[in-house]
Parts: sequence; C-alpha cells; structure tokens
Amino acid sequence: MSSEFAWSTEQVELRRTVRAFAAAASPQEEVRRLMASPLGHDPAVWSRLGEELGVLGLSADEEYGGAGDGLVSQAVVIEELGRALVCGPLLGSVILGATALGALNDTAARAELLPGLVEGRTSAALAAPLHRGGFDPAAVTVTATAHQHAASAGQTASPDGTTSPDGAATTGYTLRGSVPYVLDGAAADLLLVAATIGGADTDDDDGAVGLFAVNADAAGLIRESAPTMDLTRRQATVSFNDVPARLLAAAPEATAVLATTAETAAVLLAAEQVGAAQYLLDLSVEYARTRLQFGRPIGSFQAVKHLCADMLVLVEQARSVAYHGAWALDEGTDDPRIAASLAQSVCSRAFTQVAAMAVQVHGGIGFTWEHPAHLYLKRAYTDAALFGSAEAHQERLAQLVLDEAGAP
Amino acid sequence: MSADTADALVAAGTSQDDDRGSVERAARGVLAGIDPATTPTAEFLGACYDAGLAWVHFPVGFGGLGLPAGLQAAADAILAAGGRPDPFLNNPIGVGMAGPTLHGHADEELRAKLLRPLYTGEQMWAQLFSEPGAGSDLAGLSTRAVRDGDGWVVDGQKVWTSLAHLASWALLLARTDPDLPKHRGLTYFIVDMHAPGVEVRPLRQATGQAEFNEVYLTGVRIPDTQRLGDIGQGWNVAMTTLMNERSAIGDSALGRGSGTIADALGLWRDRPDLHSPALRLRLTDLWTQAEAYRLTGERARVARTAGPPGPEASIGKLVGAELNQKIYDFCMDMLGPEGTLYDSYDDPADTLQRRFLRARANTIEGGTSQILRNVLGERVLRLPGDVRVDTGKPWRDIPRG
Ligand SMILES: Cc1cc2nc3c(=O)[nH]c(=O)nc-3n(C[C@H](O)[C@H](O)[C@H](O)COP(=O)(O)OP(=O)(O)OC[C@H]3O[C@@H](n4cnc5c(N)ncnc54)[C@H](O)[C@@H]3O)c2cc1C
Repeated sequence: MSSEFAWSTEQVELRRTVRAFAAAASPQEEVRRLMASPLGHDPAVWSRLGEELGVLGLSADEEYGGAGDGLVSQAVVIEELGRALVCGPLLGSVILGATALGALNDTAARAELLPGLVEGRTSAALAAPLHRGGFDPAAVTVTATAHQHAASAGQTASPDGTTSPDGAATTGYTLRGSVPYVLDGAAADLLLVAATIGGADTDDDDGAVGLFAVNADAAGLIRESAPTMDLTRRQATVSFNDVPARLLAAAPEATAVLATTAETAAVLLAAEQVGAAQYLLDLSVEYARTRLQFGRPIGSFQAVKHLCADMLVLVEQARSVAYHGAWALDEGTDDPRIAASLAQSVCSRAFTQVAAMAVQVHGGIGFTWEHPAHLYLKRAYTDAALFGSAEAHQERLAQLVLDEAGAP
Repeated sequence: MSADTADALVAAGTSQDDDRGSVERAARGVLAGIDPATTPTAEFLGACYDAGLAWVHFPVGFGGLGLPAGLQAAADAILAAGGRPDPFLNNPIGVGMAGPTLHGHADEELRAKLLRPLYTGEQMWAQLFSEPGAGSDLAGLSTRAVRDGDGWVVDGQKVWTSLAHLASWALLLARTDPDLPKHRGLTYFIVDMHAPGVEVRPLRQATGQAEFNEVYLTGVRIPDTQRLGDIGQGWNVAMTTLMNERSAIGDSALGRGSGTIADALGLWRDRPDLHSPALRLRLTDLWTQAEAYRLTGERARVARTAGPPGPEASIGKLVGAELNQKIYDFCMDMLGPEGTLYDSYDDPADTLQRRFLRARANTIEGGTSQILRNVLGERVLRLPGDVRVDTGKPWRDIPRG
C-alpha cells in the first residue's frame, strides 16, 4: 500500500523492464508483421510476458498465479505495452477476463480458469455490453436456458442459478444469441458471456443476468472475425446456437462482477491510452527538433511548439487521472464509479487529441502507411469507443456529481 | 522528451514516513498551544513560523525544518483544517515569491530580518519587475541601477505592480550594465518601499478596482547589502522568483470541488431555475477538467523534493488560468441577463461578475499563456528556440517600443 502518486522503486523498475522487453520483442516491424497475420499476435511473446516476466497477472491474487500487487503495477505494465502497441489478447485476457474471473465468488472456477490467463498460456474474451461506460444489463443480447439434468432428479434447479449442494452439475445451461464487437473473441480459448437467464424451467426471475463460461470448442459456437480499423486489435462477432455453458455467477452477483470489471477496465485502458499518447508526444517532439523548413527546425515555430506544449499538458493530465483511478480502485480512496469515469473521459479525449495533433506535426509523412502515426491514431479512436465514450462517462459523472450529490 | 516525466515525478518519497510524522506532530503542537479563532492572524502565523511550518524545506530558525518540500502539504492539511488563515492570500507575493527567493539568494542576516514579518503578513511585499516597455520580454527592462559608494541609485518606471500601495518591501530587477546583452546586464535587489524617491500611483483595472500600480523610482538609494546574487546575475535570481510565482499561482486547490470550480458548482446548486441540459454537460466537462488539474497538482506535490519547482510548474499555471476563464464564462452564461448587471465600479462587491472580469487577467499575469507554452516547449520538451533578433547584442542597441 502506498500513497497516491508515490510509485515504488519496484514499479519504476517494472516500467523499465517492460519497456526494454517491448523494444526487443515487439519492435514496430514486428507489430506490422503481426497485424497482417491471421492470428494477430505471437503466442510465444505473449506467454513470455506471462511466464518469464510475470506481468499479465500483477493484480490477480497469488493463489491463482498472480502477484497480488494491485492495479497500479498492472497499469504501469499496460502503459508500456500500449506505448509499443504490443500485440496480444490484452483486452480479452487481462483487462477483462482476468478481472472478471478475479471478482467471482466461485473459487473453484477462479482456480481452474485464472492461472492460464495469468501465465499467458490461454486467452479469454468477454461478451458483455460495456460500451456505454459501465455494464449495461438491458443491452445483453444472449439468453441462457436452464436444463435440469436427469442425474439430479429429486432436486429442483434453482432458477436464479444458485448451485445446489451437489454442485453445478445439477443444472445445465445453454446460450442463444449473438454478440458483436467481442474483443479478442475469435481466438479466445475461453468465452465469458453475460446472458439473461430465462427458459423453460424458470417462471420468475426473468431478466436476471448471469455470467457464463463457454469453451472454444463448444458445439453451436460460431465466431466470425470482424475487420477492424485498428489492425493491431482483433474483434469478433460471436453467436451462440444452444451452446452448453457453465454458470460462473448468478444474479445479482454477475451484475456486480461485471460492473466492477467495467470500472477496472476503464482504469486499465486509461493507462494504455497514456502510454500510447506519451509515445506520440515523444515522436512529435523528436520530429519537430529535426525536420527543417524555412531554414530552421519546425519546432522553433510557435504554431508547432505550442501544439507540442498542448500535447504535453494533455499527456500529463491524463497520467494523473489514470493513476488516480488505479490507486483509488486499489485503496478505496475515491468512489470507484467516479474514478473510473474520470479516467476514461479524460484519457480518451487526451489520446485522440494527441493522436490528431501528432499527425499534424508530422505533415504529409504522418499520413503515410509507413509512418507509425496512423497505427496510434486508429488505436486512439478505437480505445475511446471500447468501454464508453468520453461523453458516456461524462453523463455518468453528471449523474453522480451534479444530479445525485449536488456539489460534492 | 526522451525520459518520461513520470520518471521524474516518480522518485519522491517512500522513506519520508518518519519526517512526515514529525511535521504532523509539530502542526498539532501549534494548534494545541494557540487557537487561530481567537488569535490575531500575525500572531498565529508567527507561531507557525517559529515551529518551522512556514516552509518546511527552509532551515530550522528560518521558518523551516530542513525537510523535503513535499512534506509541506502534510503541515498545511492539518493547520488549514485547524482554522489557520491562508498565509499566501495574506501576503501573496511575499509568501509565494519573495520567501523562496530570499531563501535561495539572501544572506543569513537579511533572511533573519525579513522572513518572519513576511510570513506573518506584518510586512507586505510587491514585485517590481514589469515595465511599460518590458512585459513578456522582462529581460529587456530599462530601469537603471548605478553604483554609488556602498550602495546603488535607481531610476526608472515599473508598472502593473500588484499591492505596491500596501507593500513594505519589493523585489526589484534593474539594469546595471546596458552594454552587455540583455540577460547579462541585470542585477537583483530588494527595495524598501518607504525609501525616498519611491512613488506609487494606483492603476485602475477592468473590474473597477486598483489592485496594481505604477511605481516611479527616482534617485532611490539601495544599500549594497540589499543586493541578491552577484552583479550581473539578476536574471538567475529572477528565475527563482518566476518559477515560484508560476507554481504559487498554479498550485491547484486541495480538495475535490474546491477552488474556482466551487463557484460554478455553487451556482448550479443554488439556482435550479437556471438549469438546462446543455449547461449540465458543460459543467460536468469543467468539473472533469478541474479534477485533471487538481490531480496533476497533487502528483507534482508528491514529486516535489527539496529542490525548487522546475519548468513543469508551468503546466499548472497554464491549465489553471485557462480553466478559471472557462469556469467564469460558464457562470456568466448560466446567469444570463443577471450577469449583465454590475453593482459598482467604485467599490465592486466580490460577485461572480467581478470574478469573471478578474479571470481575464489570469492568462496574462505571471507569464502569458503564450509565453508559458514557449516555456513548456523549450524548457520541458527541449524544442529549439524561436529566431531571436536580440541575441548577443548589447542591450542599448535593441529596438524597443
Ligand atoms: C493583474 C495583473 C497583475 C500583475 N502584477 C504584476 C506585479 O505585481 N509585478 C510585475 O512585475 N508584473 C505584474 N504584472 C505584469 C505581467 O507580468 C505582464 O503583464 C505580463 O508579463 C505580460 O506583459 P505585457 O503586459 O507587457 O504584455 P506583452 O508582453 O506586450 O504581450 C502582449 C501579447 O503578446 C504576446 N507575446 C509577447 N511576446 C511573445 C512571444 N515571444 N511569443 C508569443 N507571444 C508573445 C503575449 O502573450 C500577449 O498576448 C501583472 C499583470 C496583471 C494583468
């Protein structure tokens, strides 16, 4: 436990380690090679991050292979991976998957599913609507139907999903529905799915959301890769045609787990936004120092210099807000809903603005395929839309700060 | 920027826990001994000074405890909660700028004489830097100081001198060698505002008030013992003052919802009749920006060690000034026709309208926003300087107007 903004020496060292690893294992040529490959990442590099460096589960508990360090350390790692655009199932496995699994009451499921993600041996994806800036139960598009197994005759399946003393085997579920924009969904070994529990055996509790696990090889599962603007990040449309699923969390636990996951994801994605924006600032400043026009470096022109100064201000403020979020969620120093929405609304704007400014500082070269700027520009606008737009988060803040609390 | 600013902001203390404890004990000790509610401001602040809690990074006996500056916040939090009057508001130029400048550049005798009444507010301070011909280009100033025996004789005119009408002392930057390039011919002094030849004329500003003045210096004698730094080193000393000015102005308010955003939030709370959906979103956006500003201030505070504030302090000044203007723009728009009224230009009350007008100066005073962006670009990001037509030329040959 440390006070806000007092990064430990271990965290400073962690940043150096991950930056050096990314520079060696994922230079830009490699990012470009992978973004054109079918899978989109190098599983060997991913598992080195998990097993050799041990940086994929820093906030996961130690008993599940994590480091129990908390979100600040995980944010430092994600900031550096974002800086270098390291390809891999970061969103699906780490930011969403490990977070959701780590929040489950079901310790058996955690013990079974988390270690693989933390070690980078397996990958996960979460099919749940988080794009409005929080978990939105009303937007769930999958339905779960409970089936009573013959083996458990004499026991009634509990429609709210609580398992009977004999264990989960008494009630089985199948899922129906389709979910678009599932991050890292095409290649994931494990799909975590939010579904509304209904079906033949239930007569009450309609509309309660549960969280389910589906195996990649489950019958009736169809995954279609969606062509993405950001080629370094994969998405899929995932359809479930009576796919057998295992209940991980019933209502109301599932909703709480997914709300927590949305908050954590908002903060961790903010760290990625900071790292990538910092890279663009560095790149722009370097270019402004060396590119000559009218017989002098363009950085000596105030129009360019002030653009760079504004980028610096955006990056520094984004960093403050992102890490405030990480500390707040770790140590309870702020309302997590406020800290998360602050992080996303500030960092989404900062990264998209910095990306646009970076292209401008570079002139024509910044618009070419060869130049890195467009990779970051695409990442910026994609990130801003993943877990709620800046406006969606500001609407949440308006409710929390102005409507509910008056002036805090 | 090759190294992350984060790295620079990282280093601050994990091993400061013991020191923090002693700062907190000292602060509670002051409050236990003397009650700010029933004690005159100067007396209470004097007790804080004597306990070393004025600037904890100053030496013992000079208002400090010889500890890292980052621990100041620990003392301030306790003392402010206990009802301490704000020493900065009480004597802004003294506490914000003159104190750190004296600490960095004055000899022991001057510091012993001046720091305590400065902190208590018994002696107010002003800053005699800007001139009619030298604002952003401060180093181009014309006020002359000529050696005369064991002292100096000063002639010139200063302008925009805040609080000069109340000040006992002032920080003065004057030219001692017009034949050198402009930055090298400057020397730094402190001047007794009651000395013969110092004439203060109030200057009325857009709000109707006269917070600042013109100051005419005519044959003013200054003993050489009141020189800070070497002859010709005035610019370096002035940098200490300006960096502290920017960080003093730029220091964000301590708690969420405090500072100028409180005015907008208060208006929103008190006037539901003026609510609209568009204003609601605009205020939320301002609140978000105020939080980003506040948290960045917190981060800089945590990182601040015993060293003086560096160029990164300019981030806070720049952001805070522009944010203030946006906040009061919002208040004016929310007030609508009510905002068009102004109670009195002779003696205006401290209304939102007055604050709105006053905020226009925020992006000018203490370095304009354009100059601050230059500072961020050149000193923090190390971008090349602008083309200069005055480099290397003797000051007397530079065009002025
Ligand atoms: C309320 C208030 C209180 C003040 N109090 C004090 C005080 O107590 N003591 C004191 O010494 N001074 C004080 N000042 C003066 C203040 O520091 C100057 O006004 C300020 O530095 C700007 O100088 P100027 O007014 O001469 O404007 P100028 O320097 O003439 O600037 C005019 C415009 O040109 C722009 N500009 C100038 N140079 C550049 C450049 N290189 N690049 C880009 N743009 C440029 C400026 O940004 C500005 O927009 C105060 C000012 C105000 C408004």
